[in-house]
Amino acid sequence: MDTTAEQRSARRLSFNILRYNPQDPASRPAVQRFVLEEADGMTLYLALTEIRETQAPSLQFDFVCRAGICGSCGMLINGRPGLACRTLTRDLPADISLAPLPVFELIGDLSVNTGRWMRAMSERLEAWVHSQAAEDLEAMEEVMEPELAEQIYELERCIECGCCIAGCGTVRMREDFIGAVGMNQIARFRLDPRDERSDQDLYQLVGDDDGVFGCLSLLGCHDVCPKSLSLQTQIAFLRRKMLRSALER
Amino acid sequence: MMKPEDALIAHSGLDEIAAKSRLPALLDVTQSVSGLLLALFMWGHMLFVSSILISKDAMYSVTKMFEGYYLFGTSQPWIVAVVIFLVICLFVLHAALAMRKFPASYRQYRKLLVHKSRMQHSDTSLWFIQVYTGFAMFFLASAHLFSMLVNPGEIGPYASADRVWGGMWPVYLLLLLAVELHGGIGLYRLAVKWGWLQGSDAATGRRNLLRAKWIITGVFLLLGLLSLAAYMKIGFEHRDRAGERYQPSLLQSPAPLRPNVPGSAAIGALARVPS
Repeated sequence: MDTTAEQRSARRLSFNILRYNPQDPASRPAVQRFVLEEADGMTLYLALTEIRETQAPSLQFDFVCRAGICGSCGMLINGRPGLACRTLTRDLPADISLAPLPVFELIGDLSVNTGRWMRAMSERLEAWVHSQAAEDLEAMEEVMEPELAEQIYELERCIECGCCIAGCGTVRMREDFIGAVGMNQIARFRLDPRDERSDQDLYQLVGDDDGVFGCLSLLGCHDVCPKSLSLQTQIAFLRRKMLRSALER
Repeated sequence: MMKPEDALIAHSGLDEIAAKSRLPALLDVTQSVSGLLLALFMWGHMLFVSSILISKDAMYSVTKMFEGYYLFGTSQPWIVAVVIFLVICLFVLHAALAMRKFPASYRQYRKLLVHKSRMQHSDTSLWFIQVYTGFAMFFLASAHLFSMLVNPGEIGPYASADRVWGGMWPVYLLLLLAVELHGGIGLYRLAVKWGWLQGSDAATGRRNLLRAKWIITGVFLLLGLLSLAAYMKIGFEHRDRAGERYQPSLLQSPAPLRPNVPGSAAIGALARVPS
């Protein structure tokens, strides 16, 4: 190990973690400090696991995949939303603050229920393929151009971690705003040839100030997305299409 | 006017079940277009105002051009008044539409402020500058626009300088800062909002747009500050004769025309027209 790596791994990290248990009436939101020696290649997920094992067995945080695929470990890392499992401590200063994602229902400490919010959003935007065609289970599947399948797949990469919602200034003002994750869903089904909904139908879902026209274009969503989705492009595209739909009506 | 039966449905909050209103889309695009027109107007305005940096005669010629002197043979300040009136209409329209995006309560404002300070995110911070400068312009731009509307003929190397030196300079200084920041950031935000000028790669496009935005803001601010300083200097030197109108240098002395002096061709034309 070279000197720089040694110095880096010897860093003492100070974690200021927001702790609160909404289930306990006596609990009040408070920041608890933990000190930890940095290990080589340490992620926030590994650090939190160590804190839980050695210092705070009651510390609540979510994880499943530990590889940036499930989207469970989203949290505010020094004020910015991100995934704990994808964040290396060496990319952060020695003082690290961790807090639960805002907007979503708090389960406790760093753990939030993004599922309830995401489900409500999906139901509101009817985020599924709308088709009147009779289902024929015997027939061959319809062929899709690989380029189109790629485009749809690109938008499908969203893991609904909630970072875009926590990074969105508009949501702080308008609680019913659908956010980038919602607009990305609409963009995804708009591309899908199996979905028979027209732009007029989509306007009915997102053509107002809780939808695409309420977006303040702060691009917090785009800049914090752990999957690097082109949310800026998708939102601008949807805005143009929805404007055209309004003008053609 | 809404029909009584439509009003009945709307009052119950059920009006958007059949079809959502087109208005949110139209309001959004109108805000963008009015902002774009105002920003372009301000670019032109700055270029014309800064003609004072070339010479008093150059600024005089620009003024006379807008008063229709070279078209009608006499000064017609009402043309300037009409333009100012149209700008006021556009300004009020843009302000009314942009206000929809302002935080509407202290609670909302505080939430956003905490979000901004914790996120440390460039575009979120830029938007706050838009809100602050926009709010400031409700008052600063109104003061300027209405004073010009009632005195459209009071524009010229001495008339403007006397006004600046006569007490308006703090308004102009603050207005300059507000306009240049708001216009520059507004144009950048317009581009990312509608996905214009992005090029093939959105990330590179945005970086370039941001760079261009700061360069343009810097250049226009510099031009504005220099122009304001020039008007203040003229106003200071002219303070004992405040109110006296400027006479182009060719009318001041019967010296022969010098074709290489900027603005001299126009002045030459002017000199041949008896006023």
